Amino acid sequence: MTHTHLSDRYHNGVSIVHRLEPRVKVIITVLFIASNTLVPDGAWTAFALSLGLVTFVCMLARLGAFFALKRSFVALPFVLVAVSVLFATPGLPVAGWQVGSYALVVTDAGVTRFLSILARSWLSVQMAIVLTAVTNIPDLLHALRHLYVPPLLVGVIGLMLRYLDVLTDEALRLMRARDARSAGSGGSILWRAQVAGYMVGQLFLRSYERSERVHQAMLARGFDGRFLTINPHQMGERDWWALAGTVAVLALVQTVGHALRM
Amino acid sequence: MSAITSYIPGASWSLFGAELHIPDGFLNLPISIVCWIGAIALIARAAQQAQCTLDERQMPLMGIMAAFIFAAQMINFPVAGGTSGHLLGGVLAAVTLGPWAGILVMTAVIAVQALLFQDGGLLVMGANILNMGLITTLIGYGLYRSVINRRQATRLAVISVAAWLSVMGAALATSLQLWLSGTVPLDIVIPAMMSVHALIGIGEALITVAAVSFILRTRPEILDASAQRGGADRGWIIGGAIASLIVVVLSPLASADPDGLERVAEDIGFISLGQSAPYEIIPDYTVPFLGETPLSTIVAGIIGALVVAVVVILVAQALRSRRMGVRG
Repeated sequence: MTHTHLSDRYHNGVSIVHRLEPRVKVIITVLFIASNTLVPDGAWTAFALSLGLVTFVCMLARLGAFFALKRSFVALPFVLVAVSVLFATPGLPVAGWQVGSYALVVTDAGVTRFLSILARSWLSVQMAIVLTAVTNIPDLLHALRHLYVPPLLVGVIGLMLRYLDVLTDEALRLMRARDARSAGSGGSILWRAQVAGYMVGQLFLRSYERSERVHQAMLARGFDGRFLTINPHQMGERDWWALAGTVAVLALVQTVGHALRM
Repeated sequence: MSAITSYIPGASWSLFGAELHIPDGFLNLPISIVCWIGAIALIARAAQQAQCTLDERQMPLMGIMAAFIFAAQMINFPVAGGTSGHLLGGVLAAVTLGPWAGILVMTAVIAVQALLFQDGGLLVMGANILNMGLITTLIGYGLYRSVINRRQATRLAVISVAAWLSVMGAALATSLQLWLSGTVPLDIVIPAMMSVHALIGIGEALITVAAVSFILRTRPEILDASAQRGGADRGWIIGGAIASLIVVVLSPLASADPDGLERVAEDIGFISLGQSAPYEIIPDYTVPFLGETPLSTIVAGIIGALVVAVVVILVAQALRSRRMGVRG
């Protein structure tokens, strides 16, 4: 069993986008997602413009134009929740099946609504992927701290990220050991659930004891609750331009989306 | 092949593919903002309270426990047909760490899943924090705290009920947010979400109880310490009881008679927010031969959930075999 390590999420590189102030990157991402949410149903030109923006940022960041596109299918399962709007939106019928004694009728308005929800979610995930790819973890924590996230929570997230790979590896080792003893497939469902629960309990105790050791080690090194980054991070001229440019493009997206729906 | 991953984003491909991490694009802006305001108030209070009630070991403890919850969500057990059940962890975190630390830990988990793994959205993160952080903790810790001085068997029984209810509560809140955003009609989302999560909740209950009983046998003092950290415990007990009652009363009502819930919403005055649309599949989402009874709606919901489950199982198996093919 393989799994992605955290370090695989960040793509080290030198580009205008990598060098932006981390706060600006987070704000741009959130603005972009909010803009997607505000684009009305069926405004395909506006959605296409937004896709253009993500692709442009990918190219600026030297990730390759289709970097985010290729990784953007993680939100797919939730789409099932929206499938019902295909049938539930009033409009002209475009397709239908007879299932037992009901007619399942897909309407044109339903298709438009479904595809719009899909587009919003899919575009938003792409920008979030770009944010992760161009911002390393110390920078991300810096951004959180300067966006007024409580210092305690930033510290918790920082420590969580530092030990995430250690504990996921530990969980994978536990699962490999279980598979080797075939406890993963034998027995009743109840018994398998209990084995999984004992594994969670064991992982809990290992983590708890690790946290006690980590705390002592941190005290020994004079930890004062802050994680430092070697980049100074001040809002420069470039950051303001990036922010202004994004706002301008998103304003265009909104104008196009609300003015010409096609 | 670096792109091949079997980090299964959160609950995505878990038991019947049900999912509580709402992605961006599924909630509208007003609902997202209202939920963020609630989440920000909650986080501020939790950070303040955790600082008061935990000793100076708090930060490393909570950080590593957040990593633990993330890792524990990977530990799954096969159910049937390539699907598997696994943990959400809200009740486990609340019982072992106390409520405020539990909320912060769940918030950290949700934030990392959204920021680094795109599991759950950024604009809708406030909603996800309320659903999976606040509601699970309120129900989990509130119910657990009310029996803390009872026999161990009683405590474990209550934890199992709390774990099941916490998943139902989170699913109910998720359904309501999706409906208020006009994404899904209420009469479809409630029966589908609630019947799927009634099953998922069983997995959550089994794993949580087994994990807590394991901890009780090896280091019982950890649970004693967490019980001291509740602060105003009466508030938690009352809050937990109210939240549980709402879930218990509202979910059968909502799945059997969604119009009833809409009437309540109308009375309270937020019906205009919910753009629930008329629909054409099954009038009033009922099974004809059963007539328009609550049973009929529940059966219709279960049928809908089963259809979705079959689709998810097929897709999950296809993805799994493809992944193995690439890796091998």
